[in-house]
Amino acid sequence: MAVITDFAQQSAQMLLVLLMAPLLTGFVRKVKARLLSRQGPPLLQPYRDLIRLLRKDVVLANNASWLFRVIPYLVFAATWVAVSLVPTFRSGLLFSWTADLIAIIAVLGSARFFLALAGMDAGTSFGGIGSSREVMIASLAEPAMLMIVFAIALIAGSTQLSTMSAFMNSADVGLRVSLGLALIALIIVAVAENARIPVDNPATHLELTMVHEAMVLEYSGRHLALIELAASLKLLLYVSLIACLFAPWGISPAIAAPTLLLVGAAAYIGKIAALGFLLAVFETSIAKMRVFRVPEFLGAALMLALLATLLRFVSRSF
Amino acid sequence: MTTTLSHTSVNVDGWCEAVDRLAGGSLTLLSLWADPPDVKMALLDEAKGDISILSYACRNGQYPTVGVKHPPAIRLERAIRDLHRLEAIGASDTRPWLLHTAAPYEFLAAEGEALHQIAVGPVHAGIIEPGHFRFTANGEYLVRLEQRLGYVHKGIEGLMTGATLDTAAKLAARTSGDSTVAYGFAFALAAEAALKIAAPPRAVYLRALMAELERLANHFSDIGAICNDASFSLMHAQCGILRELTLRTAEACFGQRLMMDIIVPGGVARDIAADGAAALRGLLAEVRRVFPSLIELYDNTASLQDRTVTTGIVKPEYARQFGAGGFVGRASGRNVDARRLPGYAPYDALAFEVPVLTAGDVNARVWIRIREVEQSLSLVDQLLGALPDGSIRVDVPSRGGEGLSGEGLGIVEAFRGDVLVWLRLDDQGRAARCHLRDASWFQWPLLETAVEGNIVADFPLCNKSFNCSYAGHDL
Repeated sequence: MAVITDFAQQSAQMLLVLLMAPLLTGFVRKVKARLLSRQGPPLLQPYRDLIRLLRKDVVLANNASWLFRVIPYLVFAATWVAVSLVPTFRSGLLFSWTADLIAIIAVLGSARFFLALAGMDAGTSFGGIGSSREVMIASLAEPAMLMIVFAIALIAGSTQLSTMSAFMNSADVGLRVSLGLALIALIIVAVAENARIPVDNPATHLELTMVHEAMVLEYSGRHLALIELAASLKLLLYVSLIACLFAPWGISPAIAAPTLLLVGAAAYIGKIAALGFLLAVFETSIAKMRVFRVPEFLGAALMLALLATLLRFVSRSF
Repeated sequence: MTTTLSHTSVNVDGWCEAVDRLAGGSLTLLSLWADPPDVKMALLDEAKGDISILSYACRNGQYPTVGVKHPPAIRLERAIRDLHRLEAIGASDTRPWLLHTAAPYEFLAAEGEALHQIAVGPVHAGIIEPGHFRFTANGEYLVRLEQRLGYVHKGIEGLMTGATLDTAAKLAARTSGDSTVAYGFAFALAAEAALKIAAPPRAVYLRALMAELERLANHFSDIGAICNDASFSLMHAQCGILRELTLRTAEACFGQRLMMDIIVPGGVARDIAADGAAALRGLLAEVRRVFPSLIELYDNTASLQDRTVTTGIVKPEYARQFGAGGFVGRASGRNVDARRLPGYAPYDALAFEVPVLTAGDVNARVWIRIREVEQSLSLVDQLLGALPDGSIRVDVPSRGGEGLSGEGLGIVEAFRGDVLVWLRLDDQGRAARCHLRDASWFQWPLLETAVEGNIVADFPLCNKSFNCSYAGHDL
């Protein structure tokens, strides 16, 4: 019985993130539009876009290899798995023993590696530009992300997300400088990883400035739908990660009454909405930076995370 | 400063002497065009304020090149070759320009290890006009940009040949939709000069009123669009509101948002609406209320300033050589404005300043626009206050044979810079030959110089700060 419940709840988590990801994207777009005094597209527009793309034919470049066709599925699957491992409304899910934060980063890293390959596969100049910029950003974001993991793991005593989340929710945490630094670093990495302003612009139409969009420029139809859904999932992943590590309130424990699960789900949706709103406000108030400023921006994240880790060796109370 | 206009027919020596003076920098090239069998060159002596039109009768369809000694003429020579089959002898670049043939276009070579080419356009991802940009880049750094234009060639000059004055005026107003008032204005000035008539005072003031409204609307949209290319969409949205307000006021005053075809040879086609003055004052009040806070937002957003300051610098010597007008020239130290030199009514009776900066970067071009918005607001105020009564149109002599032939030149400051229209009427009062030269002819080449040393991702920002016209250039 317990196995069935566990299995059901893990499935519920997987479905929940899949269904919520486009909604978060739509919500951020809507808030941004309202901040610009525009009406904005309806909240459900991303779903409609996905359905539209799924119905369309796929147009492939003549010289696209099999890799190009397979990669959207790979990227989507990897991202979906990664986001399913992050505790959202309940910790200690069926797969939580695999929910090692380092594993999540590795899964995302592989997805990005394949997407960068796909960008170069068709041999167009934009794909190449996009891939090279994406990899430049990744080569700085990934070390920063690992340092963040170390900083938090040293405090929580585990790299397993359920344990980390439970620890952060306990009274043992207290106010720690290193956690503050790690939070700022994590936000910077999340902004860069999700191709948001100021690193990239998800709404841009300028071929020469795009990063993520340039890389996936050759995709169409269901392939593009999968990649867009994967991008939405990735945004949800980072927002959920911030929520589960730095705002773990309300996440229901492994064995809990249905009411606690409901509370967990409601708290999760509230947290996602709040963070999505903050993201929209942040994006509206800042211009995109020059491509070559991105290393400085991400370098700051790396340094903050490094500092957070080092402070732990200075004194355990940090 | 009074401007004198002289027409001279020259032989080879006179032509070459003028080319030498152009190359030496004592003259500025206003335009170079063909009126077969002649080629003509409009020259401005900025020190004296004199404009001279040199006419050279081609022999065997050939004339001595201007472009080899004075590069700003290269594209004009190529266009003359495409449109009129007159050859510039000794020209260094004989590739077609406006004419697109089946033969592949040869882009200039840039060789070196690690250099790669990026081809952009002619169809772009946004809703903008078509043009092809061929970049040679070393990683992210741009080594060379070469433009390929002519995709929106409509054959305006060809359609105008033999057209009645009314039709020609309509065609002129459709050269570049965002500058339709300026083109209509310049064409009307040229036609009136050719016919030796003058528009009544009220029409003159109404023309300037429309020209300033057009300038306001375009500057608002440009300021917002430049910020949007740095992904700062807040400015874009707010400036979009101001632009929309301006266009709606234009509609309330003149019955049409872009005020197309309202300026006609002899005056204006319709008077300002009875409540137009009140609508305009309302617009001025609203802009003066909102615009200062937008300027502050632009100036105080560090992330935005980081993108615009020192990006896409146009060197003053290039701006000088190319005789660049508008915000491109004025942001690079050129104190020029067609409203001042050669100057035309009613601006000689109005007080306004011509803002000039020397930085030459994207930021300077934004600031020139901001200052010009302020000047235009003051000009609208002055025009409304001094709007004379009386008729709005004089009869244009049409048909009837004798004495209608003549030549006229009109230069008007559009929002981009000076628009030049030269018109020759036949004895029936029809357009025998009309030449329209957009300010972009001398700004596009400067964009090629401005992007050097910048990174690929900054090109959209540089390009938007120029906002050159494709339609006006391609004709």
